[in-house]
Amino acid sequence: MTTTTPSRASQPTTAIGTAGKGLDERLKLSVPLRKQLNKVFPDHWSFMMGEIALWSFVVLLLSGTYLTFFFDPSMAETTYHGTYKLLEGVKMSKAYESSLNISFDVRGGLIVRQIHHWAALVFLAAMLIHMCRVFFTGAYRKPREFNWLIGLGLITLGIVEGFAGYSLPDDLLSGTGLRIADAIMKSIPVIGTWVSFLAFGGPFPGEVILGRLYILHVLLIPGIILALISAHMVLVVRQKHTQFPGAGRTEQTVTGERFYPTYMAKAGGFFFMTFGVIALLGGLAQINPIWLFGPYNPAQVSAGSQPDWYMMFLDGSTRLFPSWEIRLWGYNIPAVFWPTVVLPGILFTLAGAYPFIERKLTKDTASHNLLQRPRDAPVRTSLGVMALTFYLVLFASGGNDLIAKAFDISLNAMTWAGRIAILILPPLAYAFTYRICLGLQKHDREVLSHGLETGIIQVLPNGQFIEVHQPLGPVDDHGHSTLQYAGGAVPKRMNQLGAASPLKRIGGFFYPVKEKPEIQAQLDAAEAAREAAKHPAVEAPAEESIAPETISD
Amino acid sequence: MSEQSTERPSAEQLRGLTTEEAMRTAAELDGVHLVIREDRFPIPGTKAEKRAERAVALSFALAGLAGIAFIVCFIVVPQKWHLPGTPQNFRFYTPLLGITAGIMLLAFGTAIILWAKLVMPHEVAVQDRHDEPPAEEEQLMTGATLVSGAADTGLPRRSLILRSIMFAGGALATVPLVALLGAMIKNPKDELHHTYFRRTKKTEELFPETQGRVPLVYDDWRRVSPGDIQPGGLATVFPGVREEYLDGKDGVHSASSPTLLIRLRPGQKVKSRKGQADYGWPKENPEYLAFSKICTHAGCPASLYEQQTTRLLCPCHQSQFEVLEDAKPVFGPATRALPKLPLDVVEVDGVQYFVARDDFPEPIGPNYWDRKPAKKKGGAE
Repeated sequence: MTTTTPSRASQPTTAIGTAGKGLDERLKLSVPLRKQLNKVFPDHWSFMMGEIALWSFVVLLLSGTYLTFFFDPSMAETTYHGTYKLLEGVKMSKAYESSLNISFDVRGGLIVRQIHHWAALVFLAAMLIHMCRVFFTGAYRKPREFNWLIGLGLITLGIVEGFAGYSLPDDLLSGTGLRIADAIMKSIPVIGTWVSFLAFGGPFPGEVILGRLYILHVLLIPGIILALISAHMVLVVRQKHTQFPGAGRTEQTVTGERFYPTYMAKAGGFFFMTFGVIALLGGLAQINPIWLFGPYNPAQVSAGSQPDWYMMFLDGSTRLFPSWEIRLWGYNIPAVFWPTVVLPGILFTLAGAYPFIERKLTKDTASHNLLQRPRDAPVRTSLGVMALTFYLVLFASGGNDLIAKAFDISLNAMTWAGRIAILILPPLAYAFTYRICLGLQKHDREVLSHGLETGIIQVLPNGQFIEVHQPLGPVDDHGHSTLQYAGGAVPKRMNQLGAASPLKRIGGFFYPVKEKPEIQAQLDAAEAAREAAKHPAVEAPAEESIAPETISD
Repeated sequence: MSEQSTERPSAEQLRGLTTEEAMRTAAELDGVHLVIREDRFPIPGTKAEKRAERAVALSFALAGLAGIAFIVCFIVVPQKWHLPGTPQNFRFYTPLLGITAGIMLLAFGTAIILWAKLVMPHEVAVQDRHDEPPAEEEQLMTGATLVSGAADTGLPRRSLILRSIMFAGGALATVPLVALLGAMIKNPKDELHHTYFRRTKKTEELFPETQGRVPLVYDDWRRVSPGDIQPGGLATVFPGVREEYLDGKDGVHSASSPTLLIRLRPGQKVKSRKGQADYGWPKENPEYLAFSKICTHAGCPASLYEQQTTRLLCPCHQSQFEVLEDAKPVFGPATRALPKLPLDVVEVDGVQYFVARDDFPEPIGPNYWDRKPAKKKGGAE
């Protein structure tokens, strides 16, 4: 490839090489290591969502470990005499005092606290978007149902972990959240009060809840999350990544870059990018300013107290649910039970069961390694958008007091709007999405048959105006191509065929880069050779083009 | 692309190959076909190549500089800032750390990705998935191994062992659960049914001057007198019991204690619940009413009082309670009225102050399975 003398595949001569040989003689690494180094990973922007989730979890582990050196999860009462003078002399728990100390007295403590909180928000957001990607492209289909379930478990645990985490500082906001959690526990039929007393060790708030949440938050749940992430990754490696259909892509192969060195560099670099963005957020965007809320006090609450975003759909469902309470023979099922226990139970069960329901209904029992474009599975896509709409109405209702305040709307009107929207918008979303999917499908086929719109209008001798179309393949007498839709992206603009890219090879920030004449001559020669070697057949644009015949071996 | 033989080459043959050729041979053996593999800069010495190299190096250098800037900021910039009126951190300390750390990490990541995209060879590799289900022969052989092993244990035909092992296994799995839950479980008994307002033998010892009726206090333990509150106003009050006996807290700090004492404006009439008409003060045409502050929906303090509409609003889920109808829920998810505290006023040493005639007639706070409805207690003597 290069003009330097190619090195030979010889016995190692360098120190690193000799060390590697010695290691291999002891650990027998050659074969398994090479398999992993040569593993091919496909590339698509949508595959990065899971990566963001993974890397933000790493950030959570790093920043969380830092915080444990300074945080004291004790509910013992103490009087504050720290840097933040506005709380001077206020009685508070040691947990809240140590959170204040992390924010004000530990050098750089505040930024790590904020990085930790932001990373949690990013972690859950990335998981949710990753789940949407997997859903809308059908990546959960056989053989990947297990990974779908593991992913769902990760989101569930992530929510619990996040709630446990933001309950720890024992400020007014988190204490109020815990009190609502207590009400939710109590609402469970028959055993409710026992569950609450078991968790809190007595009537709310008791003395033990922070210690218990702490060990859940720093050991038990992260341990399970770590184990599930490992299983998730092992399955991705074992089953190999899915990819979108395209030229040369088949169910039996995976097309992309080898893990070593390119993909490894990209993924590793992406970790630092993710961390960098979270660090900027942690430094510049204030989050959870606990010193403004004050210590927890059961007699106080602040208006506009919203939980972290991933709990807001539950807050919204609780706000929208009507005051329906079941009273039977002297026993009660409180209204709070339905939107906070039953509803999430149904939502997560449906999500977990979806791959199996779809399998049953479509009778599609085959293994799938190629993804579907959302438009090609309109029922699934519409169901997904319907579910998202349902979720978003709940999410927005979780902040309906803020919306009411910002836009000067009656709070009661917001509640009623949410109640009506939760019933009407999801089916509407289904219908709209279904039509849009069909429209996109039709347009794909139209482009394949008639070609691309060029934007060039011609007047025929008889005065008729026609638009010139650029066919994508050989055409018949009527100007129609017989190209079949194959599940991949269809080019929709001339630029995607390479029609307009004169700037492609011009570098330079202020002025174009001029190579030396002799080098330019060599470049031109190489370019001419490339052009000559290029197959004249129509190439599939937008994707890495591989002529199908080249990979048939 | 080069045609590679899938036969295993000997070490002798491999030594004769270049690194590139040996790598390709190995990749083919591993089922990886390098369809496209081209140097980004086949012609050496172009300016474009130098630019790419410089871009990568520059990003790495920026990361290093930002890292040094972080350390300098961390050490040199004053974290605490004790000017009058700014008792907090130096307001730029955390942003400075964020910017330097963010630039360091982003530049480092950018450098690595630029390196991969601009310098490393452009490559398209195709790997066989080999994910057909295992051959039937393999399944048969593994199946036979499993079945034979199971037969060796004798379990399929020795049902006595099988049943006893299931019994023992069940016990083994249950013991840790019982041990943990058994240690954590606590009988709620009637702890949720009472607050510190309850009249007990103990309160009779504590408050002989009120015949054991618990005085209402503010959160600084000052007793509450009728004149303290303006007409139309309200105050958060607590049972004035300093001793801990219900939930390890005292009357002011217990989560069940917060109570709203509302003074109506002249002319405002209350539509009372049955049997609670005399809970206010004065008993006839009450001017003062006291309700539990803990929302009956999810337990947040229902603390926003709108004087104009005489409604109490809970900011958590927006349940609204109409004070003039004895805090009946009129909007939102709450289903039950806020429990009403029977009030009285006693005069000690010429000063009037509020006492609770007894506890709330029903449990305060969120509803639960076996919550008892309001009952007529010793409120009216």
